[in-house]
Amino acid sequence: MKAHNVHAFLTFILMLAAIYAVFVYAPTELTMGEVQRIFYFHVSSAWISFLAIFLVFLFSLLSLLKSSRHWDIRSASAAEIGAVFCTLVLITGPIWAKPVWGIWWTWDARLTSFFVLWLIYMGYLMLRRLVESAEQRAKLSAVFAILGAVDVPIVYMANRWWRTQHPQPVIAGGEKSGLDPEMRIALFISLAAFTLLFFYLWRLRCNLEELNDSGEAMQRRLQS
Amino acid sequence: MHFLNQVSAILWKDILTEFRTKDALTSMLLFGLLVILMFHFAFEPDSLDTEKYGPGLLWVTFIFAGMLGMNRTFVTERENDNLQGLMMAPVNWGAIYLGKMLSNLLFMLIAETIILFCFSIFFNVDILPRLGWVSVITFLGTLGFASAGTILSAISINTRMSEVMLPILFLPVALPAILGAVEATAAALTDPPGAALGFWVKFLIVYDIIFITLPLLLFDYVLEE
Repeated sequence: MKAHNVHAFLTFILMLAAIYAVFVYAPTELTMGEVQRIFYFHVSSAWISFLAIFLVFLFSLLSLLKSSRHWDIRSASAAEIGAVFCTLVLITGPIWAKPVWGIWWTWDARLTSFFVLWLIYMGYLMLRRLVESAEQRAKLSAVFAILGAVDVPIVYMANRWWRTQHPQPVIAGGEKSGLDPEMRIALFISLAAFTLLFFYLWRLRCNLEELNDSGEAMQRRLQS
Repeated sequence: MHFLNQVSAILWKDILTEFRTKDALTSMLLFGLLVILMFHFAFEPDSLDTEKYGPGLLWVTFIFAGMLGMNRTFVTERENDNLQGLMMAPVNWGAIYLGKMLSNLLFMLIAETIILFCFSIFFNVDILPRLGWVSVITFLGTLGFASAGTILSAISINTRMSEVMLPILFLPVALPAILGAVEATAAALTDPPGAALGFWVKFLIVYDIIFITLPLLLFDYVLEE
């Protein structure tokens, strides 16, 4: 439990540092103004969504190859938390986009692939709820996770090629050539804080599921 | 039995049952025509720029009609525990996937040929001069749908709401194939064919290769209980 508490404490401290860095330390963006500060949390959430789907892919592969509950729990927990952060990306994005681009949404490659990624997270979680037997749930959801995770980069690339062939008004935001050094520091602190938070929540979620499993096992033993 | 013989035996079994019941073909066809009818009322085709929106409407019709057929693939196998029988037979489980995938592909292609014909009449799109390219694109796009759809329908059949689960799992995965097919069809129908045609045809081929290989590797896990 000791390592667990250290992890929680570090996450807390880094989160405070990130809030300070984002709201006080980082300079206000010249053209976009204060609203640009959402960028730090927006990008961090996007990074977590990618990290989580990669972990879901990896753990799903492991769960299929070793057919073990251990990796199934890890995969499902990563997907649940990834889905939360992916939702955050889709909420913070439009809040930032409206004052800056003048529109809530545009079908740009990045936005579209996040939308698809979110749908795949939701499909995965829904699939898990709707399969009765635990062994089958692990296998079916792992197969879908692998297909879905392979699909996301294809959707992204397809959209990029599509847009480059139909020139569209240049969309600002996202990649800014040369981020202000202070902004970059704020971004890195925020990324680190979110990553720690993700792994903290993930550990909690895995523990919860394992406790649940042992609780059920105990119940079965009592009944028999 | 040789792998290809196993595949063709499963395919032949499906063709035979389909020939006797005609369930999948009739439902796909009627549903496809209904979707075209809906589009007619929703978009007022007189004012519609068919060159711009025609390929999109066509592929939306194809995918909705195709999904009906795919929902049925494993439902029929479940009746009388047919799938259990197939799994106990001395066949490679990859052959079950390929056989079911090919039968899906075949029925979808037959339905699509008729839908395409009706579409060109209803919306006054002249596809005859471009029939070669349109056939190639239809084949490649449908192959992508069938390959991803067959394994996903095998997954969704094991859930409590299989008819609802298939679209939710299938459409996000099929998205690149839809985009590629729509863009390729649009490029093929312009005069002269758009420069993007070759690119999107190649894209569809790559998508098909990925989504045939992955299910072949993963299908055993879906059947295992």
